[in-house]
Amino acid sequence: MKNFFQRFPDSLIRIGAVFLLFVSAILFVRFIIPSSLKNEEEHVKATIERETSRSVRYAGSDVCADCHEEYNVKKLGYHRNLSCETCHGPAKEHSENPTETKPVVPKKREACSLCHTYNPSRPTGFPQINPVVHNPLKPCVTCHNPHDPKPPRVPQECQACHAEIARTKAVSPHVQLECTTCHTVPQQHKVIPREVKASIPGDRTFCGKCHSKDSPAKETPKVDISTHGEKYLCWQCHYPHMPEVE
Amino acid sequence: MKRRKFIERSLVMLAQFGVMGGIFRRAKAELKDYDPSKHYYGMGIQINKCIGCGKCVEACKAENGVPKEPFFFRTWVERYVIKKDNGVTVQSIDPRIERSYEAFAEKDILRSFFVPKLCNQCENPPCVQVCPVGATFKTADGVILVDADRCIGCRYCIQACPYGARYLNPETETADKCTFCYHRITKGLLPACVEVCPTQARIFGDVKSNASPLARFKRMNKIHVLKPSLNTEPKVTYSDLDGEVR
Ligand code: HEC
Ligand code: HEC
Ligand code: HEC
Ligand code: HEC
Ligand code: HEC
Ligand code: HEC
Ligand code: HEC
Ligand code: HEC
Repeated sequence: MKNFFQRFPDSLIRIGAVFLLFVSAILFVRFIIPSSLKNEEEHVKATIERETSRSVRYAGSDVCADCHEEYNVKKLGYHRNLSCETCHGPAKEHSENPTETKPVVPKKREACSLCHTYNPSRPTGFPQINPVVHNPLKPCVTCHNPHDPKPPRVPQECQACHAEIARTKAVSPHVQLECTTCHTVPQQHKVIPREVKASIPGDRTFCGKCHSKDSPAKETPKVDISTHGEKYLCWQCHYPHMPEVE
Repeated sequence: MKRRKFIERSLVMLAQFGVMGGIFRRAKAELKDYDPSKHYYGMGIQINKCIGCGKCVEACKAENGVPKEPFFFRTWVERYVIKKDNGVTVQSIDPRIERSYEAFAEKDILRSFFVPKLCNQCENPPCVQVCPVGATFKTADGVILVDADRCIGCRYCIQACPYGARYLNPETETADKCTFCYHRITKGLLPACVEVCPTQARIFGDVKSNASPLARFKRMNKIHVLKPSLNTEPKVTYSDLDGEVR
């Protein structure tokens, strides 16, 4: 081997080495480095391809309709805005191969209370319960169909649905007043509350029934309703379920 | 990163690119029937509807393979509590632990609500400007993507994002963020977080379209964006946004 190199002049070997290096550098840049690293357009295209070829895990609700009755049940109930996979988890694989893979079936109470536990940060009007006192120990699905979750019987107390207001009122000066003193509530409100509404007091004179100077009611604090609070409705300053005086 | 380590890694990566480049050149899964120039995506978020169940966070992690630990998020939900003494606390909620959030005495709370957050897919994205290797860019349909193969993990973009929407993926050591589930939307599916949201607090759509839930959302609500003064022009818009939200 050594003899072989000695046959050439030293300078030729060096030039040869430099040349080889040069060629391999060109080859490297030309063929080994992918064009997506050299060319902006290629790079964008390669990234988009990589992103779009990622696998989908959530199939989307409508896919389940082909095989499951639950779809049509859920469509009309309170859970109509919930996607099947909100509760059952990603199910793309299952929908393509139903017997091999099964989605989770969340039968535990915790699965429901994740959304329905009372939390002051949740928007008012969202149905919330206190899982500690709301029929404890039994799984929610024994009484509520998860795909059409009606209250199993028509609740009689307003508290069942307006728990926060009821609790507030219970520690307020108005504790003695029934809800129905101030609200007229058709029976149907307890069945279809959003269609049949309860009434709300109309004007100042309503509170005046008990609070004006000439009211017959005893032991109520009295104000001159013609001047007190000027032009505002009473409940623009006093929250009716917790009338504070500050 | 030390310079030496950097060079070492980039050499290793270069070699990897070579191999991958070969693979990708063959696997060109062209998307049929999809023309990015016909779309321009945006999202609307109705804060008054969010119940803070965290299903969106869970679904995002499952769909996109985001690490489970509660500090890697492509989308996350913040709970704001504004107390009567004007103190404001913000917590990122963890859907895995049912009541992971700090409890407050209800009487101390002035207002409280949840704010879902994600990459705002800005019109003028600061993250794109700072990337030293051009690994992140805006697609024709308005989504900001990261080329994980080009990214060198320098974290400039993570620093530059005013919304904290990016994180360094510990597995790939590259920057990662919400892509609006680019692999789903290009197939006509909704992003995973929108798919599973039980109250339709998230509305996804085309900002160009005139008759869509997103267009209706923008017409019917007073719309805000986060940190408008930075002129990033987010395509994620909020209704019912409280002044305290940062
Ligand atoms: C191609 C038809 C098909 C589609 C599409 C489909 N499923 Fe199923 N699914 C089945 C069949 C069949 C079973 C019953 C399997 C068995 O019991 O062996 C089943 C069972 C289930 C179960 C019960 C699992 C158990 O452990 O009992 C759930 C939950 C479920 N499917 C949810 C879904 C959801 C959510 C979707 C939509 C993403 C979906 N399925 C789409 C065919 C389908
Ligand atoms: C609120 C959460 C929730 C949603 C939304 C939901 N499910 Fe379910 N699903 C459940 C629970 C909980 C059970 C278990 C019921 C039981 O054990 O009685 C169940 C059971 C099932 C079963 C198995 C029935 C059986 O008898 O074993 C199927 C199939 C199913 N769901 C399909 C669907 C489909 C399809 C959708 C969408 C249309 C859907 N689910 C939406 C919570 C949900
Ligand atoms: C991902 C969140 C979520 C989960 C999980 C969930 N729900 Fe619901 N639930 C909702 C939403 C949203 C509504 C509709 C509220 C509305 O109409 O404003 C609702 C409505 C209801 C209602 C009707 C309340 C009323 O107004 O009378 C009942 C009952 C109910 N859910 C029970 C359940 C049960 C039982 C489970 C467990 C199987 C469950 N929910 C799981 C989100 C959820
Ligand atoms: C089955 C559950 C349920 C029961 C029981 C119920 N409500 Fe309601 N109520 C609702 C819901 C849900 C709403 C919200 C309707 C809406 O936001 O459109 C509502 C709204 C109201 C409103 C506001 C109406 C408005 O115009 O904004 C009043 C007042 C009211 N209820 C009073 C009562 C009183 C008083 C009782 C007891 C006699 C009662 N409700 C029992 C579910 C219930
Ligand atoms: C023993 C049967 C039973 C069980 C178990 C049960 N519930 Fe109920 N639920 C009821 C009845 C009855 C009502 C009607 C209101 C009332 O009387 O409390 C109701 C009402 C509700 C409402 C409507 C409240 C509103 O404000 O509109 C929700 C939400 C609810 N339940 C969720 C749950 C959840 C979540 C669980 C499991 C953690 C559960 N329920 C377990 C019987 C049950
Ligand atoms: C002193 C009279 C009074 C009593 C007693 C009363 N309310 Fe009210 N309520 C009002 C007035 C006034 C409003 C309208 C407040 C407003 O528009 O800001 C109202 C509004 C409401 C609303 C709709 C607005 C809201 O705050 O969410 C509901 C629901 C409601 N009441 C339920 C109840 C229930 C349930 C009870 C019994 C536990 C009750 N109210 C007792 C006077 C009363
Ligand atoms: C049926 C009679 C009745 C009606 C109607 C009524 N109140 Fe009262 N209210 C009372 C009584 C009784 C008390 C005082 C209880 C006590 O402190 O002993 C009271 C107390 C108050 C107080 C004073 C609380 C305090 O700390 O001194 C305010 C404010 C108040 N009500 C506001 C209202 C407003 C506003 C309305 C109209 C929405 C209204 N009330 C309607 C009976 C009524
Ligand atoms: C502009 C706000 C405002 C409005 C509107 C208003 N109030 Fe008041 N109210 C107050 C304030 C402030 C106090 C405490 C200071 C005072 O006594 O004047 C008070 C006190 C009261 C008290 C307690 C008086 C006492 O002696 O303890 C009653 C009862 C009352 N208001 C009833 C009403 C009724 C009924 C209406 C509707 C006709 C009404 N208020 C409208 C601001 C208001």
